[in-house]
This record gives sequence, C-alpha cells and structure tokens, in this order.
Amino acid sequence: MSHTEIKKIKAIDIVKLARHTKRPTTLDYIGFIIKDFIELHGDRRFSDDKAIVGGIGFLENIAVTVIGHQKGRNVKENIRRNFGMANPEGYRKALRLMEEAERFGRPIINFIDTPGAYPGIGAEERGQAEAIAYNLYKMSTLRTPIISIVTGEGGSGGALAISIADRIYMLSNTIYSVISPEGCASILWKDAGKADAAAESLKLTAKDLFYFKIIDGIIEEPGNGAHEDHESTAKQIKSTLISTLNELLLIEPSTLIDQRYQKYRKMGVFSE
Amino acid sequence: MSKLFPKCPKCNTSHFISFLKHAHYVCSKCGYLLRLDAAIRVKMICDKRSFTQFDENIRSLDPLEFPKYRDKLDKSIKETKLNEAVLTGTCRIKGFPSTIGVMDPRFIMGSMGSVVGEKITRLLEYSLGNFLPSVIIILSGGARMQEGILSLMQMAKTSAAVKRLNDNHLPLFTVLTDPTTGGVTASYAMLGNVIIAEPNALIGFAGPRVIEQTIGQKLPQGFQRAEFLLEHGMLDMVVQRKQLRSVLGTLLKIHSQRPYSYH
Repeated sequence: MSHTEIKKIKAIDIVKLARHTKRPTTLDYIGFIIKDFIELHGDRRFSDDKAIVGGIGFLENIAVTVIGHQKGRNVKENIRRNFGMANPEGYRKALRLMEEAERFGRPIINFIDTPGAYPGIGAEERGQAEAIAYNLYKMSTLRTPIISIVTGEGGSGGALAISIADRIYMLSNTIYSVISPEGCASILWKDAGKADAAAESLKLTAKDLFYFKIIDGIIEEPGNGAHEDHESTAKQIKSTLISTLNELLLIEPSTLIDQRYQKYRKMGVFSE
Repeated sequence: MSKLFPKCPKCNTSHFISFLKHAHYVCSKCGYLLRLDAAIRVKMICDKRSFTQFDENIRSLDPLEFPKYRDKLDKSIKETKLNEAVLTGTCRIKGFPSTIGVMDPRFIMGSMGSVVGEKITRLLEYSLGNFLPSVIIILSGGARMQEGILSLMQMAKTSAAVKRLNDNHLPLFTVLTDPTTGGVTASYAMLGNVIIAEPNALIGFAGPRVIEQTIGQKLPQGFQRAEFLLEHGMLDMVVQRKQLRSVLGTLLKIHSQRPYSYH
C-alpha cells in the first residue's frame, strides 16, 4: 500500500474495526500470552465487576499481574460483561490488584478495551468519578513497571482509569478518545448520525495519538485486522511486552515513578 | 441581561445588582445560586488585594484543528477577559496564605483542555515548591472535547500532581459548584483532602441526560445534587455561599498546624 492510500483510510472505519465483535478480548490475549494464569476477583468493598478482569501468572518466565476490560462476543456474554463498561467496583478491583502487584514486585500489564465507564444510577451513587480519580492518583506512583495496551476501544475516563503506565501502546486498528464519535456528533451537530465526521475531527486513531506523543508505539495487526488472526496478534503483543519489560525492569523505582510523572507532565499543547 | 438589574436564570426575578452582590449572588426569591465569574469568586473568598495571578499569558492552541474551536476560544477570551477557563494565583484567606484556582463558567463551560490542565498542575507544583495549601473552586462541564485526547490526559497530569502534594503532606481543598461533571470530577475535584460543595450543585461523572438515555428511565429527584452526594459519602460538607470564606479560613488554620510532625 502506498502512503497516500494509507491516508485515505477513514477514521470511522478504524472505529468500526476497533469495535469488531470478533476481535480478541482480554481473556483471549491472556490465554495466548500468560502461563499459569489465575484469575482474581472482587474489590473487597462491594462486588466483583465482570466488566474488568484481572489476575496473575507468567509472561514467559516473568511473574506479572494482568488486568483488562472484558467485552463479550455475543449478546448474552455482553450483558454479563456489561459491554466492557465498568462500575466503580471494577476500577477499585483493578487498583486492589495493582497494589498487590506493587507489594510483591510484579510488573503490571493492562489491556484497554471499553466504550467508557458505565453511566448508571448505581455507578454515580457509588462514586464513579471518585473511583476513576483515585486510580489516576494512585497509579501515578505505583513502584512497579506498568505497560498498557489499547486493544480495541479506549473510551474516555473509563479507559484512562486503568491505563496510566510507563509505556502505552495501541494496536493499529484501535482508538483512544475523550468522547465517542457518536457523543461528539450529538453535541456538535445534534445528530449522532454524523459520527463519521466527528471521528475524523477527534483525531482518535493510533497514528493520531502517536503524532501527539501520547503513546509510545503502534503494534501492527495482521491482515485486515486482529479479528482475522487472534494468535498472531497475541504474538505481536507478547514480543512488545517482553522487550519493554526487559527495559523497564532495570529502572529503579524512584526513577521509574519520576519518569512516569514527567511523561504525563509533558502532555498538552499550548503557547505562551 | 441588564447589568443593573440581572435576572435569576431559574425564576426570572430581577434583582438590583448591589442587593444581589450583598446576598452573595443567591436569588432571594427562589434560593438559586447564580454561577459566578472567576473574578467575583476571588473577591468573595480572598482577603482584600491579596490575590496575585499566575500564568496570564498561556494560551490554548487548536492542535486538532477542530471545527469552530478557534472561534469559540476567541469569543471566550473577548467576553471573559481571561486567558482560559481557570484563574490561578496565590492569595490569603482570613490571613492564611494559599494558592487558589477558580474556574469560570463563561469560558466554554469551565471545560479542561491543555491550558486548564497545565495551569492547575502549575498551581499544585507551586504549592509544593512553597509549602502552601491549595484551594480550587470547581465549575466544569468536564474534559474539553475540542482538544480530544490531549484533554483526557490532563486528568492524569493533574491527578499525579495532587499525589505529589499529598505525598509531601500538603492539602488540597476542593469546592464543587454547579455544575461539576465529567473529567474534572473524575480527577482533581474528587481528590480534595476535604471536599466541599455548594447547595444543590450538580455533581457527577456522567451527565444526567446520558444516564437517562442509557438506562431508559427517569432519574430520581435530587439525583447527582450536592446533598445526594453528601448522603452517599462522596463529600465532606455542603456549605452555604456566604459561609464559604469562613469555612475555608478555618480549614487552612487547622491545617497550618502539625502538632505531631515527625515527617
């Protein structure tokens, strides 16, 4: 494909690929990548949110904690998983597992794939905003390496809440955005149907985020997308994780969290 | 709107401006708290002539080349005579020194883009460097859509700055006013060591309309209002506007002491 042809891919087509129901989910990736995986449950405060999964196991020979949003592949599964939209207890479970990881010196791997934090009555009652804010706050100084990979939809605060990391990667057909294209279109043009124009305006593709220096790299998907070949997508992710971890494991904790602070400190565009 | 006789946006009653000022911009007829320009809020809270402004020259760009964003920015700057949606600086409150940030409703509904995130972060870093407590009066529709992912990342940036403050035993006090929603609630607003709200302020993560559309039912009376959040354990107190300065003064006074200071 020539460069000009690549440019012609519309943002909305990438949005569709990012949401493709046949894409690998977090548990699929774990199945391919993590040995001896043990799933852990619950936030110890309210319940076990099935929209976020997490556990421990081995990446090659390195003990790791793995956390991710979990979507379903059909309606029944999606109802159980709430379409990957977490409630506060999901973010609190994730943080609990991350603090365990820090305690036992395990690196953390996060898979990001959510339309967003769940907008519901119970979510608000139990402090959706507080749960997200507190994760951002705590993750900024966790003294263990964190790598986040956007594997589908990076939907706003609900994605950010488990994605603070030392290195952030996106698969090539994924998105990460402050608002969904539909939500943006309904605010801008009072018409959710104009999502394709909104998707273009929001600059939400992996390439856009790399350009804005928000992410550290793009992991290429095979063929027409990850949905066509789960295993080789997982292989690509695995090799990125291993090489990145080998680099991060050498950095001592105070340097690591200082660099993490500086990474986010630099984000933003302005003049003065 | 008449400048001499502004109307209450809720009940439409006209008030003589000096009466309204005297009543801290609370409608005497229906009790509605009018949204305040940042400069008025500063006058209401800070000791006379104690406010010194930070970062007057930092300006938003339009990195996404987002439709109509430039015009919105230009219009907001012209109308508010502010450089962005938050006014920041140092001040004294009841004699106690503090940094202060005040968000302005007229500037794209107090939304947070790169500059708001940067100004808040600098405010918190200044507090850290000068051992000062921080006060932020919040009013925001959330992360600013027109700066896309850059706005979202300001949530991470500001939250990390609050963490650094707290790790150095310095407090942040947040005052949530109507409305406090979205990405600002889900970052520094809910990270206050003491969280205050004004009566009846709308406070939440998702907007009420989004929730209604998602769940397909009407929301209960008082949902996402300050008193509702207090009841659910999300706030420390709901404070009347005329008491706010005095409550903040007392908080600063208590935190200025550290009787057991081994760290």
